[in-house]
Amino acid sequence: MDNFDIVIIGGGPAGMAAAITAHQEGIENLLIIERDDSLGGILRQCIHNGFGLHKFKEELTGPEYALKYEKKVKELNIPYILNTMVTDISEDKTITATSSERGIFQIKAKSIILAMGCRERAKGALNIAGSRPAGIYSAGTAQKFVNMKGYLPGKDIVILGSGDIGLIMARRMTLEGAKVHAVCEIMPYSGGLARNIQQCLKDFDIPLKLSHTVIEIHGKERVEGVTIAKVDEKRNPIPETKEYIPCDTLLLSVGLIPENELSKGAGIKLSNATSGAVVDQKRQTSVEGIFACGNVLHVHDLVDYVSDEGEIAGKSAAEYVLNSKTRNESLIKIETDGKIRYTVPQYITEKENTKIYFRVDNIYNNKKIILRSNSNIKTFKKQKLLPGEMETITVPLEFLDAESIYIGLEDL
Amino acid sequence: MKIEMTCIICPVGCNLEIETENKKIIKIKGNTCPRGEKYAQTEITNPVRTLTTTIRCSNGEILPVRTDNPIPKELIFKCMDIINNVVCILPISAGDIIIENILNTGSNIIASKEME
Repeated sequence: MDNFDIVIIGGGPAGMAAAITAHQEGIENLLIIERDDSLGGILRQCIHNGFGLHKFKEELTGPEYALKYEKKVKELNIPYILNTMVTDISEDKTITATSSERGIFQIKAKSIILAMGCRERAKGALNIAGSRPAGIYSAGTAQKFVNMKGYLPGKDIVILGSGDIGLIMARRMTLEGAKVHAVCEIMPYSGGLARNIQQCLKDFDIPLKLSHTVIEIHGKERVEGVTIAKVDEKRNPIPETKEYIPCDTLLLSVGLIPENELSKGAGIKLSNATSGAVVDQKRQTSVEGIFACGNVLHVHDLVDYVSDEGEIAGKSAAEYVLNSKTRNESLIKIETDGKIRYTVPQYITEKENTKIYFRVDNIYNNKKIILRSNSNIKTFKKQKLLPGEMETITVPLEFLDAESIYIGLEDL
Repeated sequence: MKIEMTCIICPVGCNLEIETENKKIIKIKGNTCPRGEKYAQTEITNPVRTLTTTIRCSNGEILPVRTDNPIPKELIFKCMDIINNVVCILPISAGDIIIENILNTGSNIIASKEME
């Protein structure tokens, strides 16, 4: 069985950043395992611009952003294997993988970095009535068809969900000659960025129907139309508001879920709020020596933050291997009020500079974020907090002389 | 005239409240950086957008491309017509110009990926 110091599972932005940093920290016996036929992950199909403003101070497309990391991986001679699917990780860090070239094989790692990314929530999770004709796609699948295969999945489109992928696809399908009749969002606000509402919908006069959902799909062989309706505060459809929209395609952009089947197999503790691993500030999971970063840990809105997190995980894994460092078991818990949906990390194990990423559960105006530990208090004013936008705060070192720290929201 | 708009320069997406006179900004509120005012002025006089799309290649594959500078918004569909009738000869590197000075906008269509 081949032995590696660090094995990185997933060759997208998180995995590549982790591998590059681990290599720079002195680890040369490492390996990236990627299931697709090229490095780059989901960025390969995100051909729109808007990536890299934080990391590179310029606006790149997804493939351009990925290329910067891919070039670095190749320049550093970091080994990677493609077209290879990891099927199992055991607690003792044996990795089982399969590829058509090598068949089923096992390798052993001192440390593993999980960077498998996330997948789209499927239609099955939605409970929409009606038949199941052709013409229903997740937005990401449609994105792959249009941007990588050159196929337009339909001509008359309705999009359910106003997350960024849905908005980006509304523009993309319109540019390629399709007519997007409506984007329906069950919540009273969009989960997408304000700039995307402007440049993807308003620029093309595509209606955004807030507090609306699809209640029925019509058509036998192919989608022929959908019935949409307004929903009340409890998100129940209001029958009098039913409206039929003829269309041949329904795109679903209804959320992303970290892809953690492998993590579960390894006995890693997952968080209900993020659907990713519970980690400390080093991005170490509950299984010592296994780290996680990127969208497999929690769904990010900006790839720049994914790369940052990959760097943290890569550095931590290198440190773990080089210093045979064991985990410090004295924990500083991070407690929150109900308005903060989750934090990453969930706890802190060492007194070191720590950035906490978090999301709120609703739209809040004119609030202050309170950070408290023992008698220390720090506040950060915020005009607006949105569930779709990740927030960060840096915890001052003196706040970490405590058993727990608290993050909450209060009125200004 | 009073106008409200969302700045699209970065993911922050500031909500801008603008007062104009003869297409000149006399008052602006809501922008958190100077780029917001510049964006608003362009948006009022000649709105521009970066166009990202794909071009078919000589081997049948699809190459992602973009404009290297934003183009006037009203020319987006005309540009799409031109781009959709071009076949890109491989190999190509990221940044290579595929269509020069498209529609006399001064902007080029460039590859955003390498392809052999």
